[in-house]
Amino acid sequence: MLWLALRFAALPLEVYARAARGTNPLAVVSSIGTHAEIIACNDAARARGVKPGMPPMAASALASDLHIVPRNIAAEHAALERIAAWAIQFTPAVSVAAPDEVLLEIAGSLALFGGLKPLWHEISEGLRALGYAAALASAPTPLAAQWFARAGLAVRLRHTDALRVSLPDLPLEVMHAAPDALALLRNVGAKTVGDCLALPRDALARRLGQALLDDLDRALGKLSDPRLFFTPPTVFKAAQPLPAPAHEAEMLLFAARRLLVELCGYLAATASGAQALCFTFEHHAREPTRLTLKLVSPTRDADHLTNVLREKLERTALPCPATAIALESELLLPLASRNLSLLPDAGRQEEAAAQLIERLRARLGDEAVLGLKRFADHRPECAWRTCQPGSRDTTAAAAASRPLWLLAHPRALTEVAAAPCYEGRLRLLAGPERIESGWWDGNDVMRDYFVASNPAEAMLWIYRERNRDGRWFLHGFFA
Amino acid sequence: MGLEAVLNHPAVWRGSECARVAPGVPTGFAELDAYLPGGGWPTGAITEIYSERSGVGEVKLTVPAAARLTQEGRWLTVIAPPHVLYAPALAAQGVRLERLLLIRPGSAEDHLWASEQALRASCCGAVLLWQEHVHERALRRLQLAAESASTTLILFRSSRVAPASPAALRLHVSRAEGRTIVRILKRRGGGLPPPIALDLHGTSISRSRRAPGPVRLRDPLLPAFA
Repeated sequence: MLWLALRFAALPLEVYARAARGTNPLAVVSSIGTHAEIIACNDAARARGVKPGMPPMAASALASDLHIVPRNIAAEHAALERIAAWAIQFTPAVSVAAPDEVLLEIAGSLALFGGLKPLWHEISEGLRALGYAAALASAPTPLAAQWFARAGLAVRLRHTDALRVSLPDLPLEVMHAAPDALALLRNVGAKTVGDCLALPRDALARRLGQALLDDLDRALGKLSDPRLFFTPPTVFKAAQPLPAPAHEAEMLLFAARRLLVELCGYLAATASGAQALCFTFEHHAREPTRLTLKLVSPTRDADHLTNVLREKLERTALPCPATAIALESELLLPLASRNLSLLPDAGRQEEAAAQLIERLRARLGDEAVLGLKRFADHRPECAWRTCQPGSRDTTAAAAASRPLWLLAHPRALTEVAAAPCYEGRLRLLAGPERIESGWWDGNDVMRDYFVASNPAEAMLWIYRERNRDGRWFLHGFFA
Repeated sequence: MGLEAVLNHPAVWRGSECARVAPGVPTGFAELDAYLPGGGWPTGAITEIYSERSGVGEVKLTVPAAARLTQEGRWLTVIAPPHVLYAPALAAQGVRLERLLLIRPGSAEDHLWASEQALRASCCGAVLLWQEHVHERALRRLQLAAESASTTLILFRSSRVAPASPAALRLHVSRAEGRTIVRILKRRGGGLPPPIALDLHGTSISRSRRAPGPVRLRDPLLPAFA
């Protein structure tokens, strides 16, 4: 067993700060009863002298533009679970250790990712893309990995022997013991885990309870430490509060991208792809704005989804600044991972086409991006249909010559001395082709079609009405 | 290095011959291919086709190449055609309709944006765009997009007033004496070949039957482009 602990020390701040690129001072305040104090602040706030432990009034006095947000424990917990869902792409054995840790059992994943170092790198880079700064540590037991991560030591221990050597150097605080137990240990002069291990076991158990002793045994691997593994939810739901209300597409996109990267990790973990997504932009004292992304084919490409959302956002006006963004997967479909290939293959081309169509539709609208197909009808204007791009065209070919351009509405031609004219007198070159059809739906046609050319030798497709007064119409160009 | 080696160097071309460029997409008309550098529609570049009026074969000129690309499984993107692009006619000439992407006319800005997206997508073999006025800077952008994915952009225009353009190939299409006359106004490598007459509309339609090939025509248009 090899456990990797991810500790998110700055989670109360990061659940807000990850949604904005800006460097505006930001502080999180926690209030218990009437007592309120700053528990975390970003670098910009710290540069102004704001420190954790300050009352919010004092902090505001130091930095007038300081943004103070309340601590959101529910959001922190949800964030931790989403990190766990995201991490399932690396190993199926992921465990959430509230309030701010996630544990990954990675012994089985080392071969796939090429060893501990590449896997470590991939996970820490991934977390950075999600907007979290994590302390990582690996150890053969989950509790030891947690303790090293709490101490901020990025150790990569593989064996229990190494654990026995390095664990005793850790400070007492990493054990997260009860406050009175910690005080008692300090009073007897214990400063490190090693000091604690050196104390007589029975006396320790009698004075501080069995729990502390068990923790020490679990950390050293003498006692089993089963963990409950996290099961990803069947739908992806994520909400992201914004540190400050945002209106600009670029700012919203930055926050939304964090959610999309999370989503794509979740999709990779569940071997699925998203075909429909719903973004909800919460407003202050107003109905939320909903934005649905519909995709031609399921995908889990965060860059592509971001591009589609960008086009959509630039064309959607929010009624007022958004205070939070939520993302929900509406339709997930299984999506196998692609085999690596040296040459561009047909599958890739289909994927590129689907992505192109989605990008175009996101900006131009669904009705502006179309495919064409034939339709079995003798009336020329009914012999074609628009359709979804890529739909199969199954109708058999018609033999007669047809123009490439068809006028949407036939244009009546003037007549000079009983001959039709279009930019000059027309000369009939071929025809007539008689078309009589459509009596069943009221749009019946009785026409004689001719190929004609005018003095400039433009090739036209014209017809003469047979049922009314024999007028001539222009219906197409042999362009 | 002998003279022969110098002359065969790809960076060296003589005024009397076409530049050696990347092979193009064959137009399907051998008479035309013979005059085009690369032996077809230039890839990774813009082609402009001018014709004052519809019905002279200006679109039909591009259909064999479109049919070939779609048969190979590549996509053909058609942006803002002025009339209904008639599916039965396209299919009859071999275009695989399921590889055709049609963008309905909108604003000029949208057309150019869509062209750029399509040109950059690796799935597209060619983009056909109908756009009367394109700013030169926008054209250069499209040129870069076409280059990046080696796609062919064919721009249809009806106005003859066209200043300098980054297009690699500019053609003027008209009809005379029962045949479609293609004049090459600009091509890579320079030199203006004589007008080429093509029988695009088939002998069943055209009354005059003549062998295709270069023709001598009175040519009132050329000075306007010189």
